Amino acid sequence: MLDSYLPVLVILLVSIFIGSAIIVLSTILGKRFPTAIKLMPYECGMDPIGGARRRFSVKFFIIGMLFIVFDIELIFLFPWAKIYDKLMFFGFVEMLLFVVILLAGLIYVWKKGALQWE
Amino acid sequence: MIQIPEVDLSGILPAIILSAAGVVTMVAGLFIKNRAATIGGIISAAAVLLAFAANAPLRAINKVGFVSMVTLDGYTWFFNLLILFALGMTILTSLRYLSDEGMDLYEYFVLLMFAGTGMMFMVSGNHLLTIFIGLETLSISVYVLTGVLSKSSKSSEAALKYLILGAFSSGLFLYGAALLYGASGSLGLPGLAKYFQSGSFSLMGVVGMGLLLVGFAFKVAAVPFHMWTPDVYEGAPSPITGFMSVGVKAAAFAAFVRVFFESLNALQVNWTNILWILAVLTMVLGNLAALIQDNIKRMLAYSSIAHAGYILIGMIAGSPDGVSGILYYLLAYTFTNLGAFGIVTLVGRKGEANVYLDDYRGLSRTHPALAVAMAIFLFSLAGIPPTAGFVGKFTIFSAAIKAGYIWLVIIGVLTSAASVFYYFRVVMKMYMESPDREPERLRFSPSMSLALVISVVIVLYIGIFPTTYLNLASESVRTLF
Amino acid sequence: MEAVLFYALAAVTLISGVFVVFLRRPIHNVLFMILTMIGLACLFILLHAEFLAMVQIIVYAGAIMVLFLFVIMLLNLDEFVMPPEHRRVRYGIGIVLAMMLVVFLIPTSRSIISSPTAQVVATDSATLTNTEIIARELFTTYLLPFEIASILLLAAIVGTVIIGKRSTK
Repeated sequence: MLDSYLPVLVILLVSIFIGSAIIVLSTILGKRFPTAIKLMPYECGMDPIGGARRRFSVKFFIIGMLFIVFDIELIFLFPWAKIYDKLMFFGFVEMLLFVVILLAGLIYVWKKGALQWE
Repeated sequence: MIQIPEVDLSGILPAIILSAAGVVTMVAGLFIKNRAATIGGIISAAAVLLAFAANAPLRAINKVGFVSMVTLDGYTWFFNLLILFALGMTILTSLRYLSDEGMDLYEYFVLLMFAGTGMMFMVSGNHLLTIFIGLETLSISVYVLTGVLSKSSKSSEAALKYLILGAFSSGLFLYGAALLYGASGSLGLPGLAKYFQSGSFSLMGVVGMGLLLVGFAFKVAAVPFHMWTPDVYEGAPSPITGFMSVGVKAAAFAAFVRVFFESLNALQVNWTNILWILAVLTMVLGNLAALIQDNIKRMLAYSSIAHAGYILIGMIAGSPDGVSGILYYLLAYTFTNLGAFGIVTLVGRKGEANVYLDDYRGLSRTHPALAVAMAIFLFSLAGIPPTAGFVGKFTIFSAAIKAGYIWLVIIGVLTSAASVFYYFRVVMKMYMESPDREPERLRFSPSMSLALVISVVIVLYIGIFPTTYLNLASESVRTLF
Repeated sequence: MEAVLFYALAAVTLISGVFVVFLRRPIHNVLFMILTMIGLACLFILLHAEFLAMVQIIVYAGAIMVLFLFVIMLLNLDEFVMPPEHRRVRYGIGIVLAMMLVVFLIPTSRSIISSPTAQVVATDSATLTNTEIIARELFTTYLLPFEIASILLLAAIVGTVIIGKRSTK
């Protein structure tokens, strides 16, 4: 049974190899002429403002919490998808109820403006 | 092929009504521009009334539903009734409170309805998973309700403390359930009962039982697992404190009793000993700490800890009499404490500024009727006849004597004698002292007056004519034994 | 082969667990906690519990760890260093609790070996995949707790919004 994970392992190894190879090769082979501007942290082409250690707004936290809630909803959908052809209409109604209740939650969040940034 | 389970919604209809009311209020509130909280309160109150009607048929039946996830019997019926009383009274006392605090927060009622749903599944759960999910639904709603006062840092602090300690206790409960599952291969209460009755149970099962006991002890606020109670009760909005002290406690005791009597009765000797120690500590520490409080909410918090001790005596007695005593006690306690907290809400006024014992000075002169009501509630808490609290204590103590726990009862009686001191301090302040400044008039709302009148009448009525209700209680516990 | 994998993964999980406790900077603790979670997920795969492995990665290593990071950034904990006072007391309490856990866990985990559940699962998994067994149980036997869970999540949503929205105003 574990054999079925062999491709995953191969992909993992290949990606680790390629990723580290690029970094290692460019450090060894590349020529470097450091200037002040080149050493600046790269921030999407903008001039960096202040340090990276700054307090985050609580808004991120709300989004994070809501993400968890809907993430858990999603987790329930996976096993359901696996057997929903066998559960037939019963399974459909069951999941419909679950999703509709959480949809009401989504409507609530949306109307309350908790997803709005400003 | 998969067996499709039979679905019969009639048994859990009260819980469905409450949760549906919660969802409807939540969505409807979004589209109402002003006074959304009042409308939310009215929807919730209507749902509570409907749920009363839907709950009635449960009394006569005794069966399991939903692949034996819930038990529908007289016991469930009784506790559903208690939950609905607690919800209804809390709605009545909250309506004016919210507008006085300047909060048009209809979510308050949404969370109250969700908490009620969780409680109903907790009391009817025939499977530790149902009980746990009910417990969590209840807990999360109550954590948030504790912290809704945006202007009060005490409220936020209380919510955080409650959340952290509550999560900790839920973790212990869950760990206990996991160990029980590991030992017995079942989380259903009948399955657990079978496993423990077989006699060959492992240490893991016993440790699981111990953790479960600690988890429940946290929820009912028994010493030494009571640390969260005073701060949380003080910081929470007064109507919610009332709700926590009766609703959450009743639901936790309901599940506690059901789990321990139905599935762990083979180990009764073991857990009775642990509960004996817990009960003594709870009664002594709760009552002694209450003596030195000058904030009425903290005082009632310690008093509610002490009451958990008295209720534990009913469990220790272990007989049908003891358990039906618990049911009656909780019924009396529900109305008494909700009434008392209603008055605390009323006297507290805006921003809960007047929550000290000294604020009750001379209440008999400014508001004689209110002072009488408060005195009745305090007498009932102290267990003085002819109030309901007296009958409750009497039934529990006499059941314990019959079961041979003389010393426990002596400690119980002594500590309740001590409790008379602090309850009477409030009565003395109301009747014997005069306020240092002229207090502003209290603003009664019709719903608050209704709640107080109902409480006073019921506390006196079931105290003077207790027979019907005692019979009701003993009829309700029949399925447990 | 499986034994080698198991010991390797267990080592990774345990060592990252130790780092979670002993590293100074909260961000590093969280990063190692993610590694612990991933190690656990791999161990679940080794036990043929694919669904649990997926839950472990999606919910724990993903969502919950993001929340941990947010808390650290929200409170600017990255600069925070544990105060040196009471270090002795802290270590003392920690060691006592750890000993208690060991005393408590060894007898309980020894008794699991002979428990009846181990065999039951083994026979089932011969014909069905782990996810399918969980699905069958969840959507038939545990239908009611599953639906109550939606109300639980809804209460969490409402709670987040009213507590969180208030502090952004």
